[in-house]
Formats: sequence, C-alpha cells, structure tokens
Amino acid sequence: MQQLATDRQREFAAALLDATLATPPGLIGPDGELSSKRFSVYRNNVVLGLIEALRANFPATCRIVGDEFFRAMARAYAVSEPPTSPMLFDYGAGFADFVAVFDPAVSLSYLPDVIRIERAWVEAYHARDAVALEPVALAAIPNDRVAELRFSLHPSLRVVRSLFPAVTIWRMNITDGVPRSVDVDSDGEDAVVVRPGAEVEVRLIPPGGAEFITALASGQSLTEATRRAMTEFALFDLSTNLAMLVQAGAFIGYGFAQGESYGKTEAR
Amino acid sequence: MSNETLSILVAGAFAATLGSLLATTTTNSAIAQGTEASRLEKCYGVALKGQNDCYAGAGTTCAGTSTVDYEGNSYKLVPKGTCTTMVTPKGHGSLTPKNS
Repeated sequence: MQQLATDRQREFAAALLDATLATPPGLIGPDGELSSKRFSVYRNNVVLGLIEALRANFPATCRIVGDEFFRAMARAYAVSEPPTSPMLFDYGAGFADFVAVFDPAVSLSYLPDVIRIERAWVEAYHARDAVALEPVALAAIPNDRVAELRFSLHPSLRVVRSLFPAVTIWRMNITDGVPRSVDVDSDGEDAVVVRPGAEVEVRLIPPGGAEFITALASGQSLTEATRRAMTEFALFDLSTNLAMLVQAGAFIGYGFAQGESYGKTEAR
Repeated sequence: MSNETLSILVAGAFAATLGSLLATTTTNSAIAQGTEASRLEKCYGVALKGQNDCYAGAGTTCAGTSTVDYEGNSYKLVPKGTCTTMVTPKGHGSLTPKNS
C-alpha cells in the first residue's frame, strides 16, 4: 500500500513537469471520465508558480534578458531542476550553473555571474542576524598581536567573483538603475555581499580582496590572508581592503588562536 | 617576503586602517551603524497577509506567512518616520507589536 502510494506520487510529480507524459490515471472530472484538461490547468499553475518565484529572486536578470526570454529560460530550469524544498525564497541555487550552459543564453557570457550576485543577495537577505564589529572594538587589539589576528565573518557575507564587470551590470539593472553601455571585456569585478542591518549591501572588492576575504573566512590569520592576497595580486592594498570590510560590517568578532573568539555579539 | 617583514607590514597597515576609521568614526560609525537601522524601521500592523517581512534567520519561513491582513504582530520594514502615519482599516501602524 505504502509502495503503491509512493509510486503514484512519483508518477504524478513526473507528469506535472513533463507535458509529454500522459495524464496520471484516476484523475476524473464530474462526468467520471479521465480529465486531462483539469490536470493541464494544475500542471500549468505549478510551472507558472515556479517561474514567478525565479522572477522574484532574480529581478535584474529578468530585466537584462527581458520578460519573455526570462520566462522561457525559467521554465526550462524549473522542469530540469524543480525545487527540493517547499520554501521558494530559497529556489534557484543552481540557476547560474544552469544558465551558463543554457544554449540560447550562452552568448551572454556575463549573465551567470549577475545571477550569482542576485543569489548571494537572496542568501544574505535570509541569513542569520549578527551585530558587526565597530572600529573602536578593533582599537583594543594590542599591536603585537595584530599579525595573528583572525576574524569571525558576518553570517550573511558572500563573495562573488567575476571575469566580467558583473557588479556594474547588476547595479544598472536593479530597481532604480539606469542602463548604459558597458564594455563586457573590461576588467572583471568581484563583489562582497553583506547584510549588516536590515538591508543587503553589495560592494566592489579591490584587487586581491576576494582571495583575502576567502582566506579570512576559512579561519586564516590576517598575515596568512595577506600573503595569499599578495600571491594573487602583488600590489594588494591591505589598508584599503580592511577599511572597506570594517565599514561593510563584514566582521562580527575576532580571536588569535584558531577557533578562539572575542568580542563577538550574537544576535538574538 | 619574509614572515617578519610581512608581519610588520600587516601591523602597520592595520594601524593605518584603524587610524583612518577612528578619525571619522563618530560621524561615520553613526552613519554606518545606522545606515540600515535608521532608514528602515519595523512597522507592526500594516502588512497585508502574505506580505510581511522577516529576516529572523536561517530556516525560518515567516516572511510572507501572515495569514491575516494588517496582522498586529507582523511587521513590514518601512522608511523611517512613515510607520505611525500609515492608516489601515484597523488603525495606525505601530512601532511595537499590537494585539490584532
């Protein structure tokens, strides 16, 4: 009986997303006959609902490619990767990777990175609250311990790296953005996405900074993270990067040995 | 670069950063701290059902879960100063949860 129910659910779910499959047996109308029309209405609602969820989660992407293109692309994604959770605010984790190999969009080489920024925005928006470190808190650190300093990063923090000017393109296509022409072949842009308070903020990262943040996030000391950043970009400017991160609210605590932590304020 | 040289460089850059941050801190930090907090405030009792905001944390699903229009314990983030001037069929918006 249990097995039967599971098979039936699987068959029903498969037919929902694949219009070439037959209407599952037993779905009857008031006349007692199999009602394919009713099933089609339901099938359509499911897919439209998923497309709407993607439109809500990726508004800049939708604006870039246009509504019609976006809907077609979202439909293809919904059918190939339906949500695994009932919480649709979290739908679209694999959308960027899907679009990167989605034939009609391949010419828009920067598009997957814009989608990654929008995805990071959604993740940051729904991440746990935490209180960012104030610059005065850092003043308490003894000078001779700075080299071994390790930071706890804000739970909403995300880094998105791009070989394209993805941040510029994204920014021009959000609600009050004004699109102008962009040289897609100009320098790549990395972004740090943080939500220190109620609103998500997206900032450009100076060269080498993405490597620096990633190293800090993995628990490396300030010195080790600086070394890594300099390996990637020899002229890495530690001061500029640090100031940007403190102002962005990227740090919520610090410590010296691995796993140790001071000054961290948990949000309620 | 030797470990020692790098350590000195890091400590120097850290001190410089701190100096520049603290020099502007009273103005900047007030702004940085308040950027979000002061531009938006939680306004209770004005959200339509399914339109409430929530940023409580991972795993919570309360955004969009209110089932009643203008529910008193659901809030919406609104531009600061606009909350209590909002009038709904159930009365003014409130900066604290109210009984609906």
